[in-house]
Amino acid sequence: MSLDQPQLDTSPFVSDEVRKTTCYMCACRCGINVHMKGGKVAYIEGNKDHPVNQGVLCAKGSAGIMQHNAPSRLRAPLRRVGPRGSGEFKEISWEEALTLATDWLKPIREKHPEKLAFFTGRDQSQSFTSFWAQGFGTPNYAAHGGFCSVNMAAAGIYTMGGAFWEFGQPDWDHTKLFMLFGVAEDHDSNPIKIGIGKIKARGARMIGVNPIRTGYNAVADDWVGITPGTDGLFILAMVHCLMKAGKVDLDYLARFTNAAVLVNQDASSDQFGLFLRDADGQPQVIDRRTGKLAPWNGQGVEPDLAATHMVKGITHRPVFHLMADRYLSDTYAPEAVAERCGIPAKRIRAIAADLARVAFDEAIELDRAWTDFRGIRHDKMVGRPVSFHAMRGISAHSNGFQTCRALHTLQIILGAVETPGGMRFKPPYPKPATAHPKPHGKVTPGAALDGPHLGYPHGPEDLLLDPDGNPTRIDKAFSWENPMSAHGLMHMVISNAHAGVPYKIDTLFMYMANMSWNSSMNVGGVHKMLTDTDENGDYVIPRIIYSDAYSSEMVAYADLILPDTTYLERHDCISLLDRPICEADGVADAIRWPVVEPDRDVRGFQSVLCELGARLGLPGFVNADGSQKYRDYADYITNHIRRPGVGPLAGFRNADGSGKGRGDVNPDQLQNYIDNGGFWIEHVPENAAYYKPFSNEYQAWAVKMGFYDVEQPYIFQLYVEPLRKFQAAAEGIGTRQPPDHLRGQIKKTMDPLPIWYPPFEDGHVDPEEYPIHALTQRPMAMYHSWGTQNAWLRQIHGHNPLYLPTKIWAANGFKDGDWARVTSAHGSITVPVAHQASLNESTVWTWNAIGKRKGAWALDEKAPEATKGFLLNHLIHELLPPRGDGLRWANSDPVTGQAAWFDLRVKIEKSATPNEAQPVMPAIKSPVAKGPDSMTWKVGK
Amino acid sequence: MTQLPPPSAKKLGLVIDLDTCVGCHACVVSCKGWNTENYGVPLSDQNPYGADPSGTFLNRVHSYEVQPEQGAAQLIHFPKSCLHCEDAPCVTVCPTGASYKRVEDGIVLVNESDCIGCGLCAWACPYGARELDAAAGVMKKCTLCVDRIYNENLPEEDRQPACVRTCPAGARHFGDLGDENSAVSKLVADRGGFDLMPEQGTKPVNKYLPPRPKDVEPEYDILAPYLEPIAQDGKGFAAWLDKTLSALPGGTK
Repeated sequence: MSLDQPQLDTSPFVSDEVRKTTCYMCACRCGINVHMKGGKVAYIEGNKDHPVNQGVLCAKGSAGIMQHNAPSRLRAPLRRVGPRGSGEFKEISWEEALTLATDWLKPIREKHPEKLAFFTGRDQSQSFTSFWAQGFGTPNYAAHGGFCSVNMAAAGIYTMGGAFWEFGQPDWDHTKLFMLFGVAEDHDSNPIKIGIGKIKARGARMIGVNPIRTGYNAVADDWVGITPGTDGLFILAMVHCLMKAGKVDLDYLARFTNAAVLVNQDASSDQFGLFLRDADGQPQVIDRRTGKLAPWNGQGVEPDLAATHMVKGITHRPVFHLMADRYLSDTYAPEAVAERCGIPAKRIRAIAADLARVAFDEAIELDRAWTDFRGIRHDKMVGRPVSFHAMRGISAHSNGFQTCRALHTLQIILGAVETPGGMRFKPPYPKPATAHPKPHGKVTPGAALDGPHLGYPHGPEDLLLDPDGNPTRIDKAFSWENPMSAHGLMHMVISNAHAGVPYKIDTLFMYMANMSWNSSMNVGGVHKMLTDTDENGDYVIPRIIYSDAYSSEMVAYADLILPDTTYLERHDCISLLDRPICEADGVADAIRWPVVEPDRDVRGFQSVLCELGARLGLPGFVNADGSQKYRDYADYITNHIRRPGVGPLAGFRNADGSGKGRGDVNPDQLQNYIDNGGFWIEHVPENAAYYKPFSNEYQAWAVKMGFYDVEQPYIFQLYVEPLRKFQAAAEGIGTRQPPDHLRGQIKKTMDPLPIWYPPFEDGHVDPEEYPIHALTQRPMAMYHSWGTQNAWLRQIHGHNPLYLPTKIWAANGFKDGDWARVTSAHGSITVPVAHQASLNESTVWTWNAIGKRKGAWALDEKAPEATKGFLLNHLIHELLPPRGDGLRWANSDPVTGQAAWFDLRVKIEKSATPNEAQPVMPAIKSPVAKGPDSMTWKVGK
Repeated sequence: MTQLPPPSAKKLGLVIDLDTCVGCHACVVSCKGWNTENYGVPLSDQNPYGADPSGTFLNRVHSYEVQPEQGAAQLIHFPKSCLHCEDAPCVTVCPTGASYKRVEDGIVLVNESDCIGCGLCAWACPYGARELDAAAGVMKKCTLCVDRIYNENLPEEDRQPACVRTCPAGARHFGDLGDENSAVSKLVADRGGFDLMPEQGTKPVNKYLPPRPKDVEPEYDILAPYLEPIAQDGKGFAAWLDKTLSALPGGTK
């Protein structure tokens, strides 16, 4: 053959147009360029200008084209015609659907607004949906944080005004040692990968702490294969080592934390454990300049970490003393915790020493002057270049809140928060608990709720209880069972509604939440609750309305389906009022807009709420004449005013688009966003880029931007006084008292300084009988994505064996292709197994949410997801097994109510190979047609 | 059989950093998306919603567990696509001349209109880097995004392979490995980049950067002084506090 090359056009046509919007394949919210050909979506890539992903895009994002075109998309509103759970529906018009919903909801609102439970799953419009629920007047609203990562979020807010992901990030450009706890893929998907790439390129070091060595942990320089549920103990052992060696940043602790704040130490006082305060209510420190009391924020004050103070015979000691009392104790010595954590004591010491070495010997300085809130000028910004990140792995335990607190304490004693090389907050964070709303739940028939549902309680007085002390919310959020449940408890709604405790509801209204499948514990039990009937043959949960874009497992259990659009067919705002997309160096928000119009009879859920809100006459959704206020969600995004000058979008405000942060309504705002690539960003001034909570420069900028209306500098709360107030109540102090059966739990777990206690399941099941920890992770190519029906992604992750460590594999004589029966105190599953050596020796795990129900997601009933795929959820119950005290305890964190997914203990035995993974659930009838047998996807000619 | 051209001066290829690849499959799907819509026939999928879905991919990530002699087992993510070999057996084996190596930059391509789908090239490739598309019956392989890297319809910054542009961790690098001063050549030199299966004699252009050593036993003796307890004289807490706080500028009092 010849060497003649064919003629090749190396500059072929790419696309007619690039439309820039925001991804919704997970919670990361990257900017995407959608290439259009002939009005169709041809290719999706990352937006290089976008602050979140800077051009890169993960597997999910690139597979968005398959999600957008998925055969599982719902096509029209549906009304159930068969029994619940059968999947038998008829298509109805939007007029019928909205009339029905109005007819159901209007009488509820007039008499008992609390009988609507409105929970919104993976909602990215919570500031809007909560506004709707507030207008309706029900106290029963939340999204999915309660079964996701509320421990991380709440511990972060209470301790330092923010945690990770949306709140903060490592200083990737300066950090020299990065320590990652319990993260598989997780939120902040692309930024973490970009960050790891940056530190790798610089040759900086990364330590992964995770029972499972995959993903990020696979590239970590050091892997610590910790035993699940013991992260807090490991962290506090490092705190012990660092404090004992004096390797703590004393100057930072004195100036920027409450380590110097004086605490009442008289056990007989009703103020025991509370801060000494002045007449203005300000916590007191001793000023080193004078040796006298001074408010923490007094001008020029230099707080003293050592001095104690006597008032009327009562000794007050600084928080730092209490920390020394606790953490210098040998209880936290590496030798005392090593076996439990599964980490040799020597290794714990080595890691602590390395943290000390890098933080103090490799400190960095930026030549940027700044002024702190006490008026003290600093010539430089001094950084401790050690950084941390954590998310669900440490938080989805019943000791997760305190573990997250412990991690923040470790960061803070090293002086590594809001300093160069450490962790940095993302505006509008940091924001302390005191700057957030408190929870609201006062119901008035026919009227709005008395304030925003979710918030941060500061003591028993903020709990949502009726005069008899019963919870006023259906999920029992903000009750004695879990006082600081800042994100609500979506995972308890169905079981509480079914039990009629604390009361019965009428309508369960949910959005984008697969509560009959992978988002619920005790899946089979939930199916029974959703389909259970009373003595009259009526459903115990009388009505269920559900909105989803896809034929998920939840659809079959609803009476009325409001079909949503795909993310490329809708308007959205990623708002500063909600869960923003900002980066440490800039405040940012973004939109979605319909880059294509739906080809089905579907509507964006938020636009449906605008109309439903108007039909119900909800305040905020009707004009004075009773007419509909917002035509659709786009209209709301543009014209809604939350506070004077502040609306859903912070960019391009004022009629000419000049307003940043604050400003009047701009009718062309959405077009301005589209023209700017779908987002808006304003950079933090250089001298305000670090020390944000303490910096006059930052505080002034934050007010200018509209994050809050007055400057509110604060110090980090190593000692969280609100926790002490709940603990004091449990000791009998105060008028609002917990029920007796909860006193012990509250006293033990709501400690104002971080503690560690064993996961609750350890005390309810026999660890000898159930010696194995069982975990789930989601694969990087699917994390937080909605379903696994994606044709490309399911070819990558279509199977989920249970991975077993060598010790268990060998002990049971497993071979490739074997199956195992896995049993917990609650149930049993029979599943395929595979060997993985890079695992904690007593931990097994699988990919979560690969398993699908037959009939869902337009998949063939023989799809591996439905035959061999499985969920660990069958093994987990929302309540812990009885232990003979006559009570059933929640399988959740006692502080926040976070679902304790990762406390699960199991035993494993070899099983004969069944036809399918057990248990097998009967198929549900699909409301949509099955997908095609083959696909050659190319929209261009 | 088809002849290879004399080695080109310009050798475009990829450098893949196995120390940084987190195994996220972003490159796999970005490649699938671009090459489904662009060069040649689309990358088809069979039973995409069925019992045994399979499709054509030009780039796949494999994960291998490695058990070192000492220490914990490790997991290596290993992305694999055509390595654009200098001595490409897939080209010389092609009976129709459909497979060829470009004279100007060394990219190995398939001219689909001449491909008869005989599969000899896939058989000859020691890396398993070619896939016969089941719907079109033609051989598909990595094109190094030849329709992107020179494409004047794309902004200059986007003229790189889709997999490189999308890689979130920055583990994929594209450039001229024939130019010893190029960024990719320097990276290979600095990091000890290696050829995949050099014994095959294919002289791959693509290089892999090895994972850095992991779980290195810490130098306990050097680290120990960092945790030297402050108060060892038996006076306990008071002594500890006193000594700790004396570290503050200006002392404690």
